[in-house]
Amino acid sequence: MASAALSTIAPPVAEKWELPARGRVGIAALILTETAFFSIFVIAYIFYIGKSLTPPYPRDVLTPPVVNTICLLSSSLTVMFAVRALRKGNTFVFAVYWLTTIALGLEFLIGTAVEWHRLIYHDHFTISTNLFGTTFYSLVGLHALHVTAGLLMLIIVMLLTVGGHVNSRYAEHTEILSWYWHFVDAVWVVVFTTVYVIGR
Amino acid sequence: MATEIALGELQSTAPLPMLGRLHEWVITVDHKRLGLMYIGGGLLFFVIAGLQALTMRLQLAVPDNHVVSPQVFNRLMTMHGTAMVFLVGMPILTGFFNYLVPLMIGARDLAFPRLNSFGFWLWFFGALLLYFSYIGGDGLYGAGSAPDVGWFAYAPLTERAFSRGNSTDYWILSILLTSVGSTATAINIIATTFSLRCRGMTLGKMPVLVWLAVVVAFMMLLALPPLSAAQVMLLLDRYLGAHFFDTQAGGSAILWQHFFWIFGHPEVYILVIPVFAFASEIIPVFSRKVIFGYQVMVAASCAIAFISMGVWAHHMFAVGLTPAGNAFFATSTMLVAVPTGIKIFNWIGTMWGGKLRFRVPMLFSLGFLFQFLVAGLTGIMLGVAPFDWQLTDTYFVVAHFHYVLVGAIVFMIFAAIYYWFPKATGRMLNERLGQWHFWLFLVGFHLTFDPLHFAGLHGMPRRIYTYQPGRGLEGINLIASIGALVQALAVLIFVVNVGYSLAGGEEAGPDPWDAWTLEWSTTSPPPEYNYAKEPEVHSRRPLWDLKHPEDPDWLYE
Repeated sequence: MASAALSTIAPPVAEKWELPARGRVGIAALILTETAFFSIFVIAYIFYIGKSLTPPYPRDVLTPPVVNTICLLSSSLTVMFAVRALRKGNTFVFAVYWLTTIALGLEFLIGTAVEWHRLIYHDHFTISTNLFGTTFYSLVGLHALHVTAGLLMLIIVMLLTVGGHVNSRYAEHTEILSWYWHFVDAVWVVVFTTVYVIGR
Repeated sequence: MATEIALGELQSTAPLPMLGRLHEWVITVDHKRLGLMYIGGGLLFFVIAGLQALTMRLQLAVPDNHVVSPQVFNRLMTMHGTAMVFLVGMPILTGFFNYLVPLMIGARDLAFPRLNSFGFWLWFFGALLLYFSYIGGDGLYGAGSAPDVGWFAYAPLTERAFSRGNSTDYWILSILLTSVGSTATAINIIATTFSLRCRGMTLGKMPVLVWLAVVVAFMMLLALPPLSAAQVMLLLDRYLGAHFFDTQAGGSAILWQHFFWIFGHPEVYILVIPVFAFASEIIPVFSRKVIFGYQVMVAASCAIAFISMGVWAHHMFAVGLTPAGNAFFATSTMLVAVPTGIKIFNWIGTMWGGKLRFRVPMLFSLGFLFQFLVAGLTGIMLGVAPFDWQLTDTYFVVAHFHYVLVGAIVFMIFAAIYYWFPKATGRMLNERLGQWHFWLFLVGFHLTFDPLHFAGLHGMPRRIYTYQPGRGLEGINLIASIGALVQALAVLIFVVNVGYSLAGGEEAGPDPWDAWTLEWSTTSPPPEYNYAKEPEVHSRRPLWDLKHPEDPDWLYE
């Protein structure tokens, strides 16, 4: 009775009741909090520029990793193409672009490893050498950790693709993962600018 | 699939054996159970950290006392502060949000139930880790067990050189874990409110509590990372020989303070905005009026959240910042008073001309309102930099923030427990015991914390294990300690009340308070799926609309 009366006099609710997908909101919130986390490390880096009491100083040992940067930034493009292909249902093209993304990400990690190896064994420059070492290894390392986490997730999706479990129904999931990857790339732009441009 | 059906049959026939029921709680992903586990866990640590406070008050009851040694006192002080913030305030308040937000927006669960469970267990084991330090912290002979560095753990005093042994590591790791757990909850609350609201519940029709839950969740996302990041830096310093806070290598002695208070001040609002949310639900129901100034209430909360991100250095006036810095942070601190004042006036406006019902939740809300006002006023006093120089690190500051944390937050948590207990358990809490609880707690609170303002004005420094006779502090401290005992008695009555009412309390029915938000439209306790049919709402008081189809709210909104 009451509900019948309600249905007759209640204002019509808009026919369309669409809310954003929870996965997208969730990953956006995660990216927001990660941004805050990185900001503190970037602030610490900038705060300690030029405050090291002992050498080496950034100009002595750092060279901008240009190839690495190009690889990582272009992986944002390939992951975007991959998601687009999956939306159209083209799983093979998706797999090719996805694998390219993984390869570019791996190249970045290997590049970082080579750089750190040179710094540690050739220049004897470690996290405990001076304030520069402290902030350099923690900021770049924190980013590399995020690249590693992203790569692990990309590889899991790749394995699922090879196993034939990925189709256009999962385009949304891969897109959400790609947002994280874009975020990792965007952070690199900030880290690169801070460490190799401003800090040098 | 088959196991699910089997479990359902088990539930409906015989009660599970003890172990089976426990197992069900461990593996649950239901937001209501996890919410109750958060609240229950928080209350457990409330009792433990409260007993630690009681021990400190016993030590301070008379001058030159020897109940505990100075070393033990430092541990008590650190553990009490850390536990009350991270192991009591955070879990109880996130527990309420866990429980209430999906119910209030007509959803069946949070957006990511498994993430929710993950967050809870991170918090739980983080909390255990903190108290495990009493057993496991003695890694280095003579270096002490539990952390003794204060809840703020100022570096460089927490560096390896000054803080030997493992106690500080327990503090770092435990709080790091609970922070990650809180972040998981915050992400969940945001995704839930943005993505799972029932039909018709636009943002402008959400209950005030849900709005404030979202505001708090955003604050957690932005304010917890600075603490976590600083803790990671401290770990790097302690274990890898980094120099973030190492002054001998050119590191800064106050960088930690900045990072800590960039977290620490918003944290105060992360704790207090949820109780604003409770007040905004409870006061209207017990005044029989809609909340006064819904939009302004929401806007003021957003303003508080925004401003609170830029006031942190008012905790650091005594450090010796630049005059410009002092002026900026003193001004921004004053600015918080504006939206906060708006909220107090709105609650009074809600009560004005209403038909007040002085049940226990309302009594606690009124206590909150008065004490929060006083806390705000002493807060403005401390925001004036020269005044702060005089009184920093005295008992005036202790009295001020306990007026916030106990007078406002704990009072309002009790109000919320009395208000929503019937929903969660199906039983009312006993009214007579509740009245005793309220009045004793009120008297005990004022006996303890009113005199402490004057102890501070007389120059009694905080965090010191004793004081000398003949300085006019004896009477004040004795009264404060007696007050602490009265508060403990009140909490004991509360514990008895919970046990007594769970066993044989009055049946609550779905809607004992004649309230208006959606959670009261389902059974008490709600079924696991909350609502058999997704509700559809047309106004901010959907239940009022259902009860009064001839005069629904949406005609006027």
